[in-house]
Amino acid sequence: MTIDLHRLFAGLDAKSLDRLSTRRETLLSGGRATAAFAASAVPVAIAASVKDAFAASSLPDAVVKVLNFALTLEYLEASFYNRGIRSGVIPSGKDLRIFTTIQGHENAHVSFLKQTLGSQAIPKPTFDFTAGGTLPNPFRHYEVFKILAQGFEDTGVRAYKGQLRALKPYNTYLTAAATIHSVEARHASEVRRLRGSDGWIPFEDPAAPAPIKPVYDGEDNLVQLTVNVGQFQGDRSGTEAFDEPLTKAEVMAIAGPFIV
Amino acid sequence: MNHLDVPDGGDPTVFGRRLAPTDRRNFLKWSGTAAATALLVACDQSPTEPKTDLSRTQQQAQAEISGGEVKIDLGTDLGILNFAYALEQLEAAFYHRVVADLYRGVSDKEEAILRDIKRHELVHREFFRVALDGARIPALAVSFGSIDFESRDSVLSTAKVFEDTGVGAYNGAAQFLRNGDYLEVAGKIVSVEARHASAIRDVFGRNFAPQAFDPAFTFERVLRLADPFIATKITLTNSPTAGLADRTSAGEEMVS
Repeated sequence: MTIDLHRLFAGLDAKSLDRLSTRRETLLSGGRATAAFAASAVPVAIAASVKDAFAASSLPDAVVKVLNFALTLEYLEASFYNRGIRSGVIPSGKDLRIFTTIQGHENAHVSFLKQTLGSQAIPKPTFDFTAGGTLPNPFRHYEVFKILAQGFEDTGVRAYKGQLRALKPYNTYLTAAATIHSVEARHASEVRRLRGSDGWIPFEDPAAPAPIKPVYDGEDNLVQLTVNVGQFQGDRSGTEAFDEPLTKAEVMAIAGPFIV
Repeated sequence: MNHLDVPDGGDPTVFGRRLAPTDRRNFLKWSGTAAATALLVACDQSPTEPKTDLSRTQQQAQAEISGGEVKIDLGTDLGILNFAYALEQLEAAFYHRVVADLYRGVSDKEEAILRDIKRHELVHREFFRVALDGARIPALAVSFGSIDFESRDSVLSTAKVFEDTGVGAYNGAAQFLRNGDYLEVAGKIVSVEARHASAIRDVFGRNFAPQAFDPAFTFERVLRLADPFIATKITLTNSPTAGLADRTSAGEEMVS
């Protein structure tokens, strides 16, 4: 395991590695068991309005592009958690409950997007979660699994955020994307805590391993609508209080190595 | 300087323009309403206004606003941002009070989370205060009489309501923002509120993400949820969601 992690994080010093690895005692000490986790159904009103819009006319091209981009990421996440849970790599108890919840949600997002896109939905790509053999198998190494989970969730948050403008003229789809976007943020927060981190993102992470670093590039931004938000409670809180978007190209550069 | 005066603005109200301090004063004189009087008080506050502003007692704050009712015109982007500012004021005041005297038996993990969230909500509140500048509503008076700040259950269940409500509020408001920059900044904030909601739910032993799709609330529902904690009377005008049902049926159950 140590060797594998060193391969994954080649070039990092021991301190960075320690920061990136999870202390099991932190994981196991947290909160009490939560209730059963069924995947939620697509909200009734959204499903109905999407269906109406779809029946009335074909989806606007801009919407198809954004939703297929989102579907690519949701396919990736759903496949990752489906395999992770099948593999048995996740310890039972709180960890398994958390990832089972997330798995249910990502599969619900896939279903919703496929249903909305209909025949225009792209097919599911083939994924390689070792990124062409450059990473240890996350389905055998739980630390790797959690690092990738965090990376995918934080990327998901930034990816949806980056598409809000493109969806602005299309209220129904904008709202649907917003209601998924915040769920990805709930996931990201939980996975980060599971790894012993805060649930929010402070600054960039230049010391992060290669596949993870670009997930946080640009999170240093302190200027929001011309206001320097570092002036109120310091720079750390200023960056934590605002999540930054990623462009489609930036997201695909992160996800690309995992798509065959 | 009005920091919201950005190129693809498109908000036709006077607030959208860059106003010098004297212009602002003149505008407030001729608008001549109770709300404007309260606004004038807010405008006179220097940028270095104490961060504890919202921790003033209800009575003091009410005296300053002089019984003024706050009207928020949701027909404009600045009105919608002021609605968000109202929520952020409420959250900031709540966590300020929580952290000032933490409940008995607070765990290290809970304390760290509550202190971080307090700082984030203060940042959000101050961001809106500076960004909205002359267009902002006054400081609201809060009403926390129903919260037992010495009780973990009371504090965490209230925090859960505030965070889940914040998520639903921003999600619901998104489609009504006309300006893409405002939409994006709202998106930057809502995901942090969702991270908070997840953290509070986690330490409180609740499901961090109870649904695959979060709610998108109407302005009316958000105000209904927040109103018990706000002493200042808030009136919404030109609400695009007046009379509409929420986007999800499970939303209210989630924050209750």
